Amino acid sequence: MEAYILMALLALLAAITIAIVFQRSLFAVVILAGIYSFLMATVMIVLDAVDVAMTEASVGAGISTVVFLATLHLTRAREYPRPRSVMLPLFVSSVVAAVLVWGTFELPRFGAAETPIHQHIAPHYLKEAKRETGVPNVVTAVLADYRSFDTLGETTVIFTGGIGILVLLRGRRRKRGEDKDAVDPGVRDA
Amino acid sequence: MKHDVILRIGAKLILPFILLFAFYVQFHGDYGPGGGFQAGVMSAGMLILYSIVFGNDALNRVAPRAVVERFVPIGALLFATVGLAGPWAGKRYLDYTPLAHDVVHAREWGILLVEVGVFITVAATMTTIYYAFTERGQT
Repeated sequence: MEAYILMALLALLAAITIAIVFQRSLFAVVILAGIYSFLMATVMIVLDAVDVAMTEASVGAGISTVVFLATLHLTRAREYPRPRSVMLPLFVSSVVAAVLVWGTFELPRFGAAETPIHQHIAPHYLKEAKRETGVPNVVTAVLADYRSFDTLGETTVIFTGGIGILVLLRGRRRKRGEDKDAVDPGVRDA
Repeated sequence: MKHDVILRIGAKLILPFILLFAFYVQFHGDYGPGGGFQAGVMSAGMLILYSIVFGNDALNRVAPRAVVERFVPIGALLFATVGLAGPWAGKRYLDYTPLAHDVVHAREWGILLVEVGVFITVAATMTTIYYAFTERGQT
C-alpha cells in the first residue's frame, strides 16, 4: 500500500515539474513550487520523517512561497522568452540526470539494516538516548545534545543568511547616503 | 487585503492557533517531532500571515522591525553562551553537565535552552527576510 501511495505522489511530483518547465507566468510557477513542496512533505510523512515533513511544509511551501511572491512584486512576473536553441541545456541536464541515476546503482537498498550508517553510532543513540539525556525523542537528543556542534553551526548559518539578506536588500539606501557624504567635501573644496 | 471580511475574520481565528501550535512544537519537541527550527518558522509564518492580511504597519506595531532584527543574533548568542557552561566548569565546549547537579537533568536543561536559542534566531531571521523583501518595494 505504502509503495502505491509513494508512486502516486512521485508521479504527481513529476507532473508538477513538467508543468513548471512549460509555464511562462512566474506567478503560476511560484504556486506550483508551493504545491511541489506540500507533495514533498507528504512523501516525507510516508517515509516516517515527520520532522523533515514539518520543515518542508513550513519553509518550502510557506516562507519560500511568500518570499518568491514578494520578489515577483519587486521584479517582473513574466519569464524572458526562451533562448533559440534548447539543445545545449537539454544536453547538460540529460548528462547530469544520467550521472545521478548511475550514482544510485551503487547505493544500498532503501532501509537496508546492514549499511554503515545504521551500524556505526546510530544503534547507540537509539538504545541509550533516553537514558543518557532524559529526552525520549531521539532526533531532538541527537540534534541538540550529541551533535550540538552541528546545530550551533546551522544556527550560525541561518544568522549569517539573515544578515546577508539585510546587507543585500538594504545596502542601496545606505550607499546613496554615503555618496552624498562623499560629494559634500568636494563641494566644500570647490 | 485589509477590506476582505472573510480573510480578516478567518486569519484572526487561525492566528492564535498557529502560534499555540508553534509553542507546542517547541516545548514538546523533547517528546514529539519538531524542535526549535520548525517552531521558529511557524511563528514567523504566523507574523507573515498577519502582515499579509492586515498590512506591514500592523506587523510593525506587533513586532517592530528594529526589535526583530536585534533578536537575530540573540538566539545564536544564547546557543553559544549555553555551550560556555562546559569550559567554565573545566569541561569541554557544549558539554551541558555543569548546568545541573544530575547529569541527565543537566542535558535535558541544555537541550531546552539550546532549542530556545534556535527558535529565537530562526523566527527573527525569517521575519527579517520578510521585512527586507516587502519594505524594499515601498520605498
